[in-house]
Amino acid sequence: MSDTPIIDIQNLSVGFTGRAGTTLPVLRDVSLSLKRGECVGIVGESGSGKSTLALAAMGFLKGGLRKLEGRVCFDGEDMFARTRTELETIRGGKLGLIPQNSGQALTPTLRIGAQLIEALRLHCDLPDAEHEPRAIDLLGQVRLPDPEVIMRRFPHELSGGQQQRVAVAMALAGEPEALLLDEPTTGLDVTTQAHILELLRDLASERQVAMVFVSHDLGVIARTCSRVLVMYAGEVVLEGPSREVLRKPLHPYPHGLIASIPRLKDPCLPVALDGRPPSPGGGGPGCAFANRCALADDQCRTTAPSLVKTACGSLVRCFHHDQIGTLSNTISRREPAHHDSSGDDALLLHELAISYHRSGLFDRLFSGSESPPNTVDEITLSIAQGETLGLVGESGSGKSTILKAIAGLLKPATGQIKVAGGTPLPANVEGRRPEQLRRIQMIFQNPDESLNPRQTIAEILAQPLRLYYGLEGQALFDRSVELLDTVRLSAHYMDRLPSQLSGGEKQRVAVARAFAAEPEIVLCDEITSALDVSVQAAVLELLDDLKRNNDTTYIFVSHDLAVVRALSDRVAVLYQGRLCEFGPAENVYGSTSHPYTEVLLNAVLEPDPDEAPTLTAEDVVELSPPARGCPFQRRCPCKIGSQCDNDTPPWQEAEGGHMIRCHIPLSELDQK
Amino acid sequence: MSGMSVQQMDVRKPLFRRWLGILFEVARLPSGMVGLFLVGAHLFFAIFSPWLAPYDYKALDSGLILGLPTAEHWLGTDHLGRDVLSRMMLGGREALLVCAMAIPITMIWGGLTGVYLGLRGGWADEVVMRLVDAFLALPGILPLMVFVAVLGNGNEVLTPTLAFFFGIPVIRVARAATHDVVARDFVLASRARGHSRLSIMRRELLPNVFDVLMVEGAMRLSWMLLTFSSLSFLGFGVSPPTPDWGQSISEARVYMSLAPWGVLGPMIALSTLIIGVNLTADALAKTLGIDRSKKAVV
Repeated sequence: MSDTPIIDIQNLSVGFTGRAGTTLPVLRDVSLSLKRGECVGIVGESGSGKSTLALAAMGFLKGGLRKLEGRVCFDGEDMFARTRTELETIRGGKLGLIPQNSGQALTPTLRIGAQLIEALRLHCDLPDAEHEPRAIDLLGQVRLPDPEVIMRRFPHELSGGQQQRVAVAMALAGEPEALLLDEPTTGLDVTTQAHILELLRDLASERQVAMVFVSHDLGVIARTCSRVLVMYAGEVVLEGPSREVLRKPLHPYPHGLIASIPRLKDPCLPVALDGRPPSPGGGGPGCAFANRCALADDQCRTTAPSLVKTACGSLVRCFHHDQIGTLSNTISRREPAHHDSSGDDALLLHELAISYHRSGLFDRLFSGSESPPNTVDEITLSIAQGETLGLVGESGSGKSTILKAIAGLLKPATGQIKVAGGTPLPANVEGRRPEQLRRIQMIFQNPDESLNPRQTIAEILAQPLRLYYGLEGQALFDRSVELLDTVRLSAHYMDRLPSQLSGGEKQRVAVARAFAAEPEIVLCDEITSALDVSVQAAVLELLDDLKRNNDTTYIFVSHDLAVVRALSDRVAVLYQGRLCEFGPAENVYGSTSHPYTEVLLNAVLEPDPDEAPTLTAEDVVELSPPARGCPFQRRCPCKIGSQCDNDTPPWQEAEGGHMIRCHIPLSELDQK
Repeated sequence: MSGMSVQQMDVRKPLFRRWLGILFEVARLPSGMVGLFLVGAHLFFAIFSPWLAPYDYKALDSGLILGLPTAEHWLGTDHLGRDVLSRMMLGGREALLVCAMAIPITMIWGGLTGVYLGLRGGWADEVVMRLVDAFLALPGILPLMVFVAVLGNGNEVLTPTLAFFFGIPVIRVARAATHDVVARDFVLASRARGHSRLSIMRRELLPNVFDVLMVEGAMRLSWMLLTFSSLSFLGFGVSPPTPDWGQSISEARVYMSLAPWGVLGPMIALSTLIIGVNLTADALAKTLGIDRSKKAVV
C-alpha cells in the first residue's frame, strides 16, 4: 500500500447563497487527511458543519450548498472533478456511507437478502451465483445471528441495532477502503450502541478500513477514534490525538463540551456551556467562540485566530491555549438539589398494568386464544413530595407508557394511580377535574414535535394560563413574560415562532409551558435526548433550579443512565415493562444491583479512551415479555436455572429501601 | 390594554403577512404567473363586462342569424342573431358568482367536519366515513341534477347544493390531513392539559391543516366551475336568456357544422378559466410545500 492518504481534504470551504445574495460559509478552510486504516472522529454541536464535511468527502453537497475553495481527494484524485459515473462507482464501493438512521435507509418492501445482493451486484466483480453466499458471509461478519434467516426478513422485522448491522454489511459489500459514519449509533440503546461500536472497531482493525466518525457523543469518539477533529461554526478549532483532546483539551470549546457531559461516577450536575454558536456568516471579525468563552479578550473579538501547532502535536485555533489550565479551576460542578424520600407521597402507582392489546371480534368469537402478557405489569411505586424519580430502561421497556398512563392519556388495564392524600385519579383525561389536571404536567422529548409550529411563543404559553387561571390581557402578558424569565429567555421571544428558536430554547419554552400550570408533579419524557450535550446540561440545570424554587416532584424518564444519575434521588429500572430494581440512586448505581442494571451500567461509554465498556448480555431486542418467570430470563448473563424461566423472582430488600427483584441472593449479586 | 393589543397583533400580523408573501411566491413561479394572469383576466371581465361588451346580450338581430365573424361582430352571431363576443364576455359571471360563494361554504363545512372526525375517531368517524364513501361512489352530477330538478335552478338553490355536494370529498381530505397532525406531541400535550375538543381543533389543528385546505379549495373551485357549466349545458343551470358558457356551448352545438365559432368562443373562455384556477392551485401547493421544507436552512 502506498503512503498517500486515502481521504485528503485541503482548505475546503463550502457555502450557500443567503437571502440577501451574500455567500454564507458553512465550512471554512477545513483540512482533514486520513491514512489507510485510520479512525478519525469529528465532533461538534449540531450545525457545526460536521455532517457537511463528511458528505463532502464523498464529493456530495446538500442542495443549495456549493464548494467555494479547496480540494477533496479520495485515493489521490479530486472528487469534485470526477464524472457522475465515476462517483457512482466509488460511492458505495471503495467509499461507504453508514447514515444515522439506517432503518429508514433500507427499502421497507424488499427482503434484506435482496437488498444486500443488489449492493453486491453494483459494487463487486463476483459472478452472480456467488452473490448469495457472499451476502450470508457478510451478515455473519457483522455478527448477526442466523444470517440465512435474516436474509429472508423484511427490515421492519429487525430491531434498530440489527438494521444498523445490515447497513454496515451493505457498506462492506463493496470492499470499502474508507467508511463515513454519520452518527451511526445515535438513537440506539446503550447496550446496542456498545455492541455496534465494538463491531466497527473490530472491522477497522481486521480489514484496515479507514473510518470517519461523525458524532456529537464524545463517548463514542473516545471508544473508536485515534484522532479527533473538533468543529465549531464550520471551523476546525482543535485537532489532535483523542487522548490529548479528551483528557486535556487545549481549546476552551471542547473544554466546556467535556465539562457538560454528565458522568456515571459523579452524581453532580454537568456544567452548561452558555450561549449559542453564530449562524453561518453571522460571526464578527474575531474568534467565532469569543462570545461564549471565559478567556476571551479584545484580541479575540477583533482578530480571528489561526490554527497553530502546540508542543504535543495538536493543532489549535486559540490565542490563549496556554491558559486553559486556569479555566478548569473556575468550573465547579454543582450538587443537584436532593430531597429525602421520607416525606408525604406525591404520587402512588399501585399494581399498575397497561396493555396495548385490543381483543378484536375474532378473538371474542373464538375466546380460546390467550391474550398476550401486559406491556407494562405490576408497577408499584411511590414518589415522595419534592423527590426526583428516575425511570431507566432500554427502548420498549415501557417508560413512556407509564408516563402516559399517569398523564391520563392511556387507560391502565388494572391498578390505580393515586395522588397526595390517597385519592385515586380517574383513568382518562376527560374524567379528571381541572385541578387534578393542573397538578400533573408533562414535558416531551422533542420540542419540535411538542410545540405547535404555527403558534407564537406567546400563544403557546397562553394555553395553560387561559385554561387553568383564566388569565387575559395584561395579566396574561405579564405572567408569560415572567415564565420566560424563569427559563432565562427574554420577553422579545414572545412573538417568535418555534422555528426561529434553537433546540435548547425550544425545550426551555416547553419547560415554561409545563411550569405555567404551577404543577406539583412534572413528567419528563426523555426531555434532553434530542438536544446537544452542552444544551442538555443547561436544561438539567434549569430543572434543578425550578425544583429548588417550587419543590416540584419529577418523574424523569431517560435511556441515558448518566443523565438520570445527575438528577435523581431515586431510580427505578424497568425491563419489558416490569420493575427489576428500585431504590436510592447511589445504591442502584452501587455495587449490589440486578443483573440487568449491571448490563446497562457496563455498556455506558465514558468520554475517555482508556475506559472500555464490558459487554455481558446479547443486544437482541425482545418483542414481548415472557409469559412466566423473570422478564430478563432470555438475556440474563447470570441465569441460574429453570427457576428463572418458571417462577416470578421475589423482591429482595437491600439497605436503604433498595429493592432488587432476582432469584440470586443479594450476597451473590454483591460480588458481581 | 396594551398587552391585549400585542396579543392580537401577534395573531393577525403573521397570518396576513404570510398569505401576502405566499401570493407573491406563487406569482413568481411560471405556472402561478400564468394561472394568476388567467384568473385575473377572467375576474376583470366578469366584473366590468356589462360596460365593456359591445352589444346588449339580449339584443336579437333576425337579419344576422349564425353570422360570420365580421368587423361589427368579431365572433359572429348565434342562432338568434345575438352577438357571440358579448355573450362570451358576460358568460362567466354567473358561474364565478355561484362558485365564489359556494367554495367558502364548501371548505368550512367539509373542512370542519373532516377535522372534527379526524380528532374524534371512534364510531362516529367510522359511520360518517362510510357514508362519504357511498356518496363518492355515485357520479357526482346525478344527485345535483335531482336537487335542481326538484328545487329549481336559482342561484339560491345552486349555491348551497353545490357547496353541500362538493364538501363531501373535502371531509376526506381534511380528515387525512388532521390525522397527520393529531399524532404529533403538541396535540397530545394539549389533550394532557385537558383542553376541550373545540379548543384543540381551533388552536392546534386548524392552523396546521389550513394550507392543505387552501390548496384543496383552489382545486375544488376548478371542478365546481366545470360542474356548473355541465349543469348549464344539460339545461339544469342558468335560465335563458342569461348568458352562460355551458348553455351557449349546448345551443351552438346544434349548429356546429354551420357556425363553429359559436362553440369555440365559450369553450376557450371556460377552459382558460379552469386551466388558470388549476395552475394557480398547483403553484400554491408547490409554494406551501416548499414553505414546509424550507424550515432548515442547511
